[in-house]
Amino acid sequence: MSNVIGIGAAPRRKEDFRFLTGRGNYVADIKRVDMTFGVFIRSQHGHAVIRGIDKVPALALPGVHAVLTGDDVAADGLGSLPCGWGIHGSDGLPMKEPPFPMLAQGKVRFVGDMVAFVIADTLELARAAAEAVVIDYEVLPSVVGVLEAVRPGAPQLFDDVPNNLCCDWELGDKVAVATAFKKAAHVARLSLVNNRLIGNPMEPRAAVAESNGGTGHYTLWTTSQFPHVVRFLMSALVLKIPEQKMRVVAPDVGGGFGVKQFHYGEEAVITWAAKRVGRPIKWVADRSEGFISDRHGRDHVTEAELALDQNGKFLALKVVTLANMGGYLSTFGPNIPTNLYGPLLSGVYTTPAIYCNVKVVFTNTVPVDAYRGAGRPEATFVVERLVDVAAKEMGIDRVELRRRNIIAKESYPYQTPVLVEYDSGDPMGCLEGALAEADVAGFAERKAASERDGKFRGLGYSTYVEACGLAPSRFAGRLGARGGLYESATVRVHPTGQVTVLIGTHNHGQGHETTFAQIVSEKLGVAFDNVDIVFGDTDRVQFGMGTYGSRSLVVGGAALSKASDKVVLKGKKIAAHLLEASEHDIQFEAGVFSVAGTDRSKTFQEIAGAAYVPHDYPLEILEPGLEEQAYYDPVNFTYPGGCHIAEVEIDPETGIVALEKYTAVDDVGTVINPMIVEGQLHGGIVQGVGQALYENAVYDDVSGQLLSGSFMDYTMPRADHLPNMTIKTHSTLCTHTPMGVKGCGEVGTIGSPAAVINSVVDALSHLGVLHVDMPATPNRIWRIIQNATMPLAAE
Amino acid sequence: MRSFAFHRPTTLYEMSALLGGVADSMPLAGGMTLLPTIKQRLAAPAALIDLSKIPQLSGISAQADVLTVGAMTRHVDVAESELARSKIPLLASLAAGIGDPAVRNRGTIGGSVANNDPSADYPAAVLALDAMVVTDRREIAADAFFRGLFETALDPGEIITALRFPVPSAGGYAKFKSPASRYAVVGVCVAKKAGKVRVAVTGAGPGVFRVAAMEAALERTFTPEAIAAIKLDAENLSSDIHADAEYRAHLVTVMAKKAVMSALQTS
Repeated sequence: MSNVIGIGAAPRRKEDFRFLTGRGNYVADIKRVDMTFGVFIRSQHGHAVIRGIDKVPALALPGVHAVLTGDDVAADGLGSLPCGWGIHGSDGLPMKEPPFPMLAQGKVRFVGDMVAFVIADTLELARAAAEAVVIDYEVLPSVVGVLEAVRPGAPQLFDDVPNNLCCDWELGDKVAVATAFKKAAHVARLSLVNNRLIGNPMEPRAAVAESNGGTGHYTLWTTSQFPHVVRFLMSALVLKIPEQKMRVVAPDVGGGFGVKQFHYGEEAVITWAAKRVGRPIKWVADRSEGFISDRHGRDHVTEAELALDQNGKFLALKVVTLANMGGYLSTFGPNIPTNLYGPLLSGVYTTPAIYCNVKVVFTNTVPVDAYRGAGRPEATFVVERLVDVAAKEMGIDRVELRRRNIIAKESYPYQTPVLVEYDSGDPMGCLEGALAEADVAGFAERKAASERDGKFRGLGYSTYVEACGLAPSRFAGRLGARGGLYESATVRVHPTGQVTVLIGTHNHGQGHETTFAQIVSEKLGVAFDNVDIVFGDTDRVQFGMGTYGSRSLVVGGAALSKASDKVVLKGKKIAAHLLEASEHDIQFEAGVFSVAGTDRSKTFQEIAGAAYVPHDYPLEILEPGLEEQAYYDPVNFTYPGGCHIAEVEIDPETGIVALEKYTAVDDVGTVINPMIVEGQLHGGIVQGVGQALYENAVYDDVSGQLLSGSFMDYTMPRADHLPNMTIKTHSTLCTHTPMGVKGCGEVGTIGSPAAVINSVVDALSHLGVLHVDMPATPNRIWRIIQNATMPLAAE
Repeated sequence: MRSFAFHRPTTLYEMSALLGGVADSMPLAGGMTLLPTIKQRLAAPAALIDLSKIPQLSGISAQADVLTVGAMTRHVDVAESELARSKIPLLASLAAGIGDPAVRNRGTIGGSVANNDPSADYPAAVLALDAMVVTDRREIAADAFFRGLFETALDPGEIITALRFPVPSAGGYAKFKSPASRYAVVGVCVAKKAGKVRVAVTGAGPGVFRVAAMEAALERTFTPEAIAAIKLDAENLSSDIHADAEYRAHLVTVMAKKAVMSALQTS
């Protein structure tokens, strides 16, 4: 059938027309009748007691409707922001879970913590009123680093959380690991820091809320990656609004990277405030506000040890990590450095014994939660760095050491010692492919050329795997998830045969409107242009868990595939009736239902028409209409991965690291749209390069102030920092997802930091350098070179 | 941002009358610093006097061995000026490296010099080239103009109208730019004229400053090697999350060598 654009094709993205012509509809574009404007007053202190708030001068200003504080929240009996995961410590006890009030009550715990919400007729009036609110703080000492936070005598964030320790979590077989270490021929050890990052989506967070006094309904427009989850958490647990009276809309959203997949206090406050003042309210964060309130990512301090036998076979891995949670538990907070970290420590290797201990720690910083990759880049960085250290210390080539330990393609499915079972993969195939693509054979010549210019050149490998497609609900439930992690899709075939898909994932840059339309076009034989994808509105879409964890295609696409199959199944019943044949003799191919072995057939469009005009229709056994829904709960995670190779050149005089070449060969399973997959990998790699070389969220350890609180000081990777990249796929099919897909949203960010830092360390290896912490800034590299080359002081 | 009155004079006379007559007013050049400051509510002038429509304040001209750049001349205009490129190439290349295209299309030389941001590029060129700062009241030599962090010799209400740059026999500017802001972490401008050499450093300290030891060495031998061993004392230099003082001290030597190299290549 004409205009079918199916799986494997690379059409231009459907959604780009409205974006490129300025016709997107973002939260900040929304205007409501009688709309007012809100401004949040945020703590300027890292840690302080609120002694008093004087609203009177602000309320005296013209056009000011309300100044709401934590006392008002308490007076209205509202709940605190829920955490979606409840993990348990090695002692079997639940994590410490202090309340996260939507407006601070009695105390502020990070710079940016919300203290009050001011509502006025215009944004200018609201800002002026916010400046007129007088807050009397008693400033307390702040603690921002995990090592400092667990020390005796450290400032305590919560009275009932001793040593700021939320949870002391462990995974794996401690005894088996200890035994293996005793037999080891060599133990490689590494201390490292995984730097704190700020997601910085292009569109800042925003919300508009209104309440209908007549019906008791509320509507919240919000920059969210999961509107249905916001509706559930906010209505059921925070505001106690009947769920059927709460509508949450996440319209066009300008990037998320995880930053928008949490239920934020701003959403609850503005919805509650809209009812209090009886007017719609709009709030749009400015960039500075985003820096101190968008949830941050990463921030680990880790000690890791790898035991090897004399041939370089990995015997055991031991990892001890302190993970920064910030001032409160965010929606997924404690899950990220535990369940999304420990189970990935096997990497692509046959390490038989692994033990991981993670201390989850509160500090006076922005709450830390998922950021693209979430836990898995941290795990990959530990494993891939440690492999390089071991290779160097044992005098074994880095690639050879990987080859000796990589899980063979034939060994899949492979059960790791850390819970997860990899269903499929070919890491060796990805490695060999990347070695060829990266022209590793020509590296020595390029290195010699750099040396002639006085530069150091290095090559770095990362052979990695991740777990995504979040998530099998039953498995996640055992790990502490408090919700399900399935996805839903409805395929609504109209009488014309044109199709609307209603899906619970959310598209904020990933190209879902294109990818999902290709799936339907392929499955139903419908023209690509005749398929529209609807998402992001709880009043239109049945239900959904949203978009994060590279789950949209893997879980949402699977639901869509199943729903499409149901449409075909019903279509066959209708066709059997119309063609006077047995249902079992009806074939469906390329948009045509036919009786096997005959030339009798009906088009998909004719069947749709018959379903909605059921004059000649088996009404006794079949309902009219052609609309099918499916919920899909995955049976396992999916395990994309691959091999990344970075090549850098370092100018020893300035310490500048230039990324010269980047090669990625990844296994993402079935590729629906190769252009979109390449774009996802490209963007993911750039974010990983950002972590490795540029980005760093830095707090002042005395005041708790964020020193990197603007783009003047927080270095985003830019186009001129990056080379052209070679991005290829080497896919094995996932054995348990309907289309063999594995997900591609995060792989780039997961594989790349280790590849880049391994190349930096390689470039400096002649100086005896074994490790470089991220980001590898010029100052840091220069300092390392200075220390390595400085003549030993004569005592 | 609070509301403010906006005036756009077209003559210097009108400008002076407004600056003197409108209470709580501020002159607006390119607005690269002032406008963000107002938007962040860190400044709230009652009126802005926009200088962009006064013809005498813009443009580049040359007489004998002096290049005159009007205060409201934008960075992009200096970068693309054939006259600037032929007379003082370092000035054109410096302008081409300021910020990003959006900044270069709005920012002005007068605004940059009057603001005297410790990491701005132009102050290094003004000081190294021994330029004359021309105001609506007087002429101020570069050595007397810059007075540390955001401080200059300008009196309240005094407006820079032009910069007069003596054309050097050789000159170069090299900067180590912040990968985040693209401001100078360290920028060094070197200029040679009639046997005298001036070396000015921006970004490294609380304000632009000269390095006498380098100047003396370069007057003896104008080569990068002549200053390779001259290290600044880190004690008085800035330290922040991007560059500590010792690293900045090191970068001053590295950038100074590059600036000399550039001077030798373009002279």
